[in-house]
Amino acid sequence: MTISLSGKEVTAQIEEKFPDSVVESAQDNLVVKSDALLDVARFLKDTEGLDLDFLNFVTAVDFYDHFEVVYMLSSLEHNHSLMVKARCYDHENPALPSVVSLWQGADFQEREIYDLFGIKFEGHPNMKRIFLWEGFEGHPLRKDFI
Amino acid sequence: MAVRTEPFVLNIGPVHPSTHGVFRMRATLDGEVVVDIEPVFGYLHRGIEKLAEERTYTGVIPLTDRLDYLSSMANNLAYCLAVEKLAGIPVPERAEYLRVIMAELQRIASHLIAIGAFLNDCGAFMTPIVYMIREREKILDLFDMVCGQRLTYNYMRPGGVSQDIPDEFLPALELFLKQMPGWIDEYDQLLKENEILLARSKGVGILSRELAINISASGPVLRGSGVKWDIRKADPYSIYDRFEFDIPTGTAGDCYDRYRVKVEEMWQSLRIIEQAKKQIPTGEVRSKVLHLIHPPVGEAYAHIEAPKGELGFYLVSDNSIAPYRCHIRAPSLLNVTAIRDLMIGWKVADLILIFGSMDICMGEIDR
Amino acid sequence: MEIKPAAKYIYSDIELDREEGQVIEDLKANSQEPIPDPDQWLGEELEQNILLTTVDALINWGRRSSLWPAICFPACCAFELIAANGPRFDLARFGMEIMRASPRQADLMITAGTLTWKMAPNVRRIYNQMAEPKWVIAMGACAISGGIFASAEYAVVPGYNRIIPVDVYVPGCPPRPEALIYGIQMLQKKIARRKNIDVRKLLER
Repeated sequence: MTISLSGKEVTAQIEEKFPDSVVESAQDNLVVKSDALLDVARFLKDTEGLDLDFLNFVTAVDFYDHFEVVYMLSSLEHNHSLMVKARCYDHENPALPSVVSLWQGADFQEREIYDLFGIKFEGHPNMKRIFLWEGFEGHPLRKDFI
Repeated sequence: MAVRTEPFVLNIGPVHPSTHGVFRMRATLDGEVVVDIEPVFGYLHRGIEKLAEERTYTGVIPLTDRLDYLSSMANNLAYCLAVEKLAGIPVPERAEYLRVIMAELQRIASHLIAIGAFLNDCGAFMTPIVYMIREREKILDLFDMVCGQRLTYNYMRPGGVSQDIPDEFLPALELFLKQMPGWIDEYDQLLKENEILLARSKGVGILSRELAINISASGPVLRGSGVKWDIRKADPYSIYDRFEFDIPTGTAGDCYDRYRVKVEEMWQSLRIIEQAKKQIPTGEVRSKVLHLIHPPVGEAYAHIEAPKGELGFYLVSDNSIAPYRCHIRAPSLLNVTAIRDLMIGWKVADLILIFGSMDICMGEIDR
Repeated sequence: MEIKPAAKYIYSDIELDREEGQVIEDLKANSQEPIPDPDQWLGEELEQNILLTTVDALINWGRRSSLWPAICFPACCAFELIAANGPRFDLARFGMEIMRASPRQADLMITAGTLTWKMAPNVRRIYNQMAEPKWVIAMGACAISGGIFASAEYAVVPGYNRIIPVDVYVPGCPPRPEALIYGIQMLQKKIARRKNIDVRKLLER
């Protein structure tokens, strides 16, 4: 049975190394500040005992005043999982660091988020639209798309 | 005398007999050898995630059918598990057993087409796929008996299944289980040690174990590379922890191993169906659920082992009758991420073969 | 020649993407009205009161009994088409066993699947490449009107008849292979009534 890691315990471990990077932590997920995202992600992937080397998915949700990008991480060895979120408050040009260097599976998924939501990922080698054609105006999955 | 050469860009276009749907690759070739490749998606982007936001929770089920249209039962199951996790809906025993039987039959049907299409790409032009279609028709007859449809079933509901099986289903299933092993043996006899298949697919398109985990591959692609990870064993959903079955894995991670993993999985599915058929209880098939489901505010992620890999649904709800956000974690999109690393250095003919062994479905990638 | 090892994404052609995007936008702007179905000539027969000659009957028989489909299957209906080619519902007995990959050698396009705006220029190009006489069967609800996906207007074309003229519509989601065979037989009846040689024009010369 895959155990969901407790958000609070993992937050305690992260706060030791990167103080003041976790915004809030709940039962099975934690919210990270967007500029600390890459460091925390690397920490989660490389630490013994956590070893979260499998990225289940990356997606984004449009709450009307902010975007929330959700990462679901698992470990195949220890069979546990954790959900990490990062918020993006800018509506005109939202941007977040890309985790492609850690998990290559995020490649097409981050392009999809850029295509459908408009969130750019800095550090991604090929940031362009994937499903819709170049020249399409707008980002369909936003709540204010006509 | 030195001849000046330069790379040439070949467009393996969206309409091509062996791209398994509308998938486009811009391949840069040096002679016959692939130097670089750029995949282009989006020719079947129908906006399913956006459409799901304007339909009720039960009304999204026909949309999920059309994601991976070769394994509709699995898509339905994953979505219903996510809604049940979100809203806390229990499922009766008989419905659980019916779900397992349908999901495993669907796995066999999907693998038949996957193997048939792979062999089609290998060069055996129509013969294996016509044999596989003959078997698949028998499975589709069983599904037709249950829900009236051959391809997009719309059978599962949050809280169970939509209707009970008719009386003639279980005897027909018994007959199918008796005959299917003979047919799989027939394929093995023709194909397992076939010289042409071995020469074309052994050692071709090797996906290493580390790369497979890094790209979040799942399903036969991951297991063909030697990683023993199957969600039915690692994170059992529904009642899979009551059945005994093995997880076949490959060793080398090449096209031949992925093909063997699929054939062995068909054997394991037959085992599961036999055990389920013996244990199926009587009872109702759907728990009492409101027609308009109002889950509490929150989110849920449920994943299953679909025939192509890990299929998951991430639902966010805001206590209204429609999902606020429905994200579909499609296995084919992630399995295809490493396509550049796999194909560079091989010839054009191998490119088609490697792509066929990945077994993707464009309805899922483009959503 | 020595091949340099490929750096990450040396080939990601944004210029080509922009050109193709422009083509799609132009096609979308020009396809706001559906193309009328090519069946006006069916009514002329009674007006002109000229019966089909034996030569016509022979040519029509040859054409309708060996229709070769071109490959155009984006989505789910494709698998009902493949099943129709399979051993149970045999399309080969109607002369349609050869699925021609090359549109130049085909005369029937069975459109099996949802059409998106990104795919539309490619379908139009394949239709243009087919030689006359050619026919189109729109298979499935998505091909007739956009089907279950019609409300995603930003990406889905509401029916193939915005892009190419359609002869026969086969409803269903997906239509059973028997329904597809019925649609093909309707098309064969339509071809049988087609006038190839205009006897009056021949006599006028």
